[in-house]
Amino acid sequence: MIEKTVAELSAALAAGETTSVALTQAYLDQIAAHNEVLNAYITVCADSAIAQARAADEARAAGSSAPLLGIPIAHKDLFCTAGVKTTSGSKILHNFISPYDATVVERLQAAGAVMLGKTNMDEFAMGSSNESSYYGVARNPWNLDRVPGGSSGGSAAAVAADLCAMATGTDTGGSIRQPAAFCGITGLKPSYGRVSRWGMIAYASSLDQAGPLCKTAEDAAILLNVMAGVDEKDSTSIALPPEDFTATLNNSLKGLRIGLPKQHFTSGLNPAIESAVRNAVAELEKLGAEVKEINLPNSDLAISAYYVITPAEASANLSRFDGVRYGYRCENPVDLEDMYKRSRSEGFGEEVKRRIMIGTYALSAGFYDAYYRKAQKIRRLVKEDYARAFEDVDVIIGPTTPSPAFALNSMKDSVTMYLEDIYTIALNLAGLPGMSVPAGFVDGLPIGMQLVAKDYAEATLLNVAHQFQQVTNWHKKKPVLTTSEKTTEA
Amino acid sequence: MQYETVIGLEVHVQLSTESKLFSGSATTFGAEPNTQANIFDLALPGTLPVLNEKAVAMAVKFGLAIGAEIGKRSVFDRKNYFYPDLPKGYQVSQLDFPTVGKGSLTISLEDGSEKVIGVTRAHMEEDAGKSLHEDYQGMTGIDLNRAGTPLLEIVSEPDLRSAKEAVAYLKKLHSIIRYLDISDAIMAQGSMRCDANVSIRPVGQEEFGTRTEIKNINSFKFVEKAINYEVQRQKDVLEDGGRIVQETRLYDADKDETRSMRSKEVANDYRYFPEPDLLPIVIDDAYIEAIRATLPELPDRRAARFVSDYGLSEYDAGVLVATREMADYFETTATLSGDAKLAANWVSQDLQALLNKHSWELSDSPIQAERLATLIQRIKDNTISGKIAKTVFEAMLDDSNDVDSIIEAKGLKQVTDSGALESLVDQVIADNPDQVQQYRDGKVQVIGFLVGQCMQLSKGKANPAQVNEILRSKLS
Repeated sequence: MIEKTVAELSAALAAGETTSVALTQAYLDQIAAHNEVLNAYITVCADSAIAQARAADEARAAGSSAPLLGIPIAHKDLFCTAGVKTTSGSKILHNFISPYDATVVERLQAAGAVMLGKTNMDEFAMGSSNESSYYGVARNPWNLDRVPGGSSGGSAAAVAADLCAMATGTDTGGSIRQPAAFCGITGLKPSYGRVSRWGMIAYASSLDQAGPLCKTAEDAAILLNVMAGVDEKDSTSIALPPEDFTATLNNSLKGLRIGLPKQHFTSGLNPAIESAVRNAVAELEKLGAEVKEINLPNSDLAISAYYVITPAEASANLSRFDGVRYGYRCENPVDLEDMYKRSRSEGFGEEVKRRIMIGTYALSAGFYDAYYRKAQKIRRLVKEDYARAFEDVDVIIGPTTPSPAFALNSMKDSVTMYLEDIYTIALNLAGLPGMSVPAGFVDGLPIGMQLVAKDYAEATLLNVAHQFQQVTNWHKKKPVLTTSEKTTEA
Repeated sequence: MQYETVIGLEVHVQLSTESKLFSGSATTFGAEPNTQANIFDLALPGTLPVLNEKAVAMAVKFGLAIGAEIGKRSVFDRKNYFYPDLPKGYQVSQLDFPTVGKGSLTISLEDGSEKVIGVTRAHMEEDAGKSLHEDYQGMTGIDLNRAGTPLLEIVSEPDLRSAKEAVAYLKKLHSIIRYLDISDAIMAQGSMRCDANVSIRPVGQEEFGTRTEIKNINSFKFVEKAINYEVQRQKDVLEDGGRIVQETRLYDADKDETRSMRSKEVANDYRYFPEPDLLPIVIDDAYIEAIRATLPELPDRRAARFVSDYGLSEYDAGVLVATREMADYFETTATLSGDAKLAANWVSQDLQALLNKHSWELSDSPIQAERLATLIQRIKDNTISGKIAKTVFEAMLDDSNDVDSIIEAKGLKQVTDSGALESLVDQVIADNPDQVQQYRDGKVQVIGFLVGQCMQLSKGKANPAQVNEILRSKLS
């Protein structure tokens, strides 16, 4: 039962084939069996999950038909959850129990979802491998020596290994799409402003966006229906007409215009991934789509701009972690400055400190124009590239990552790691929606195809992805889990 | 050498919104520590700001009152620095695109002339909390009640040339803000705070001298004293061949001196950048006009109207419009009593003296405009004399009954009954034969003495004009 999709579980629960309590217990058993190795969860809420499941079963008996009633979910550990530890993968929040729920958590709970726990992540969502988590690396269920990707690596690993039916993640530069690709699942990064950021611990406020990680495009549509919507608590959330993202999943792709950016099929790309993505595109052509090559001339500038803007915003966003009101405080501070310095030096990990320093530098007097202002100009250019491309095409398709999941501890330096996000970063700068769907295997590891649409055209993405999943089986492949260190291919 | 003083003021005004600039917490003054701080004010992770539109309306109102350009698209920025009473580690302010741009206001100088003082800008920002050092041995307590309270920082051009001008500017600003009712603007409570940038230069020199910034000035009086002290200090430094150091100085009211704040953070780099959690404030003409329609009549215009409509002197008009409450009080009194000049005298003299004596605000006065107007009417209709009116005024302080009842109860009503007055006059004529003889011998000015005797005999209640008339006819 635990391998089923959200849509299937919903039907099974509605038909009385199972109960939420039984289902929740099955996931808790799976967690008990595999989380020690996978380390996908930082916190597991067994008791409250069973209690929520019981309540869901009672609600169903009373006639409720909430869209996610009784279905177990995992939340990335940067969504604040009332009464539950929320760490953002950091030591500095090792003891932080949020007194409130994030809007995303609240909406999913109102839709009946049962919270299994909080998933592992790169510290403050800074990373592409989950290796920067204070709570240890999460592992890729397809190969335990490989990273699950990041920063939402725990969520992706949990979905792939059936440690939950569905999960939330956040994406600032690829943090939903890249781990989805590495773990062989479906991930959606909505348009900036589509989903409320209230209660989501910020990394880079102007790019952060929450989205679902799940088994199919259909599930992503079901989840987005619940997660999306303007929130008066987030001034950057956008009031859009209400949409049922499941309603257009079966639209025909006849006449769909697909653009392949030539900058995403260059020498840095693993050739096996290139052919997998081209094969996937051929499937879409068979469904009636037209394909053309397009140009995103400023692609090569996106990473540089990203690594100025995000650290700049992060340097301010992370200033509140000062040891004064909550979170980690150093032992026996001698004075205020000592408390600040040691609390932050001891509380933050290396990558976080690196980005705070980069951001602080980029915003400093005398450097602001050369870095921050210039990066904002590039951001506009990148946005314009996409706007121009979308005059001719409906969807832009390419690889999600240049290579499959890399080995743990294999990244020699930060910059090499940063280049892993080469295809995903640009759309965060542009605020566009993007998805990663499983599109094949390379060396026994899943790889992802990235789909990008224009602002607020998530329905188009989900439609294309769903149609693709109707004619392919990549998303149905499961890793074989063992409790030993050895892994088996699909 | 002759020096010229150059002053610019930065005034922080706490906008009197019910809730904070970016959160729903209340802004009441004097609450128990941290009872007005919600999860956003505490900067819990994941919380986000939501702009209080009332604060924007107040800022725009102020801008329109000083004829300023209103920013059609104003942008909030983060000003980064660490301090325990700044929970987010940055203050949200406005750097390049403030809501209120260039404007000006006019001050009256002592010689009666007027001077226009430029306002560079006024921007919105959030206040910090407070550090409490007293009650915690070796530790500091933090009270975040004030954190996030909306401030309007009003920055003047360096157009002020003396401490007196600075005070006049500050008072004018205060008056406008009170008229607009956008702040309590009570310096002693910190809802209006003033930093002064002061420099001096040799008379005739174009270029500004090096300035110092004086902080912590919390009354009008101290503004004048602090600036005067600082100007003298700078002169002394220059005349001793020294140089002025650009620095922040703290005014110590007890010692009446400014002193250098240990400038550990000399090169403060606030690393401003646009606040990504808030959208720019976009203001259109319709909004501006809607706010303009709510503007009250401001002090300058009101004073001019008092001169033209009520025939007041410019001086009296200026005194009466200093606060909106006083001007309203006067105008109610003038209208109800039907005698603007008497009303002006009573309000600016007797009432003002009363308020000063008890350190009362106008609203504390037991004599409100309606009662004073009745008192003035009773003078005009000869129920009481002007002199008796002062007695009634005193009585009104402790007696909340209406004016007529007080006059009646105290038997202060003027005697106008001619029969009663005639017997009074007869009595005085009988008692003062010498003076009566003098009058009849042609020393007519003695009549004054005789009238005075009548008044005394009547305990002030006789109508002096009538007494005069009766005396003359009886003595002729």
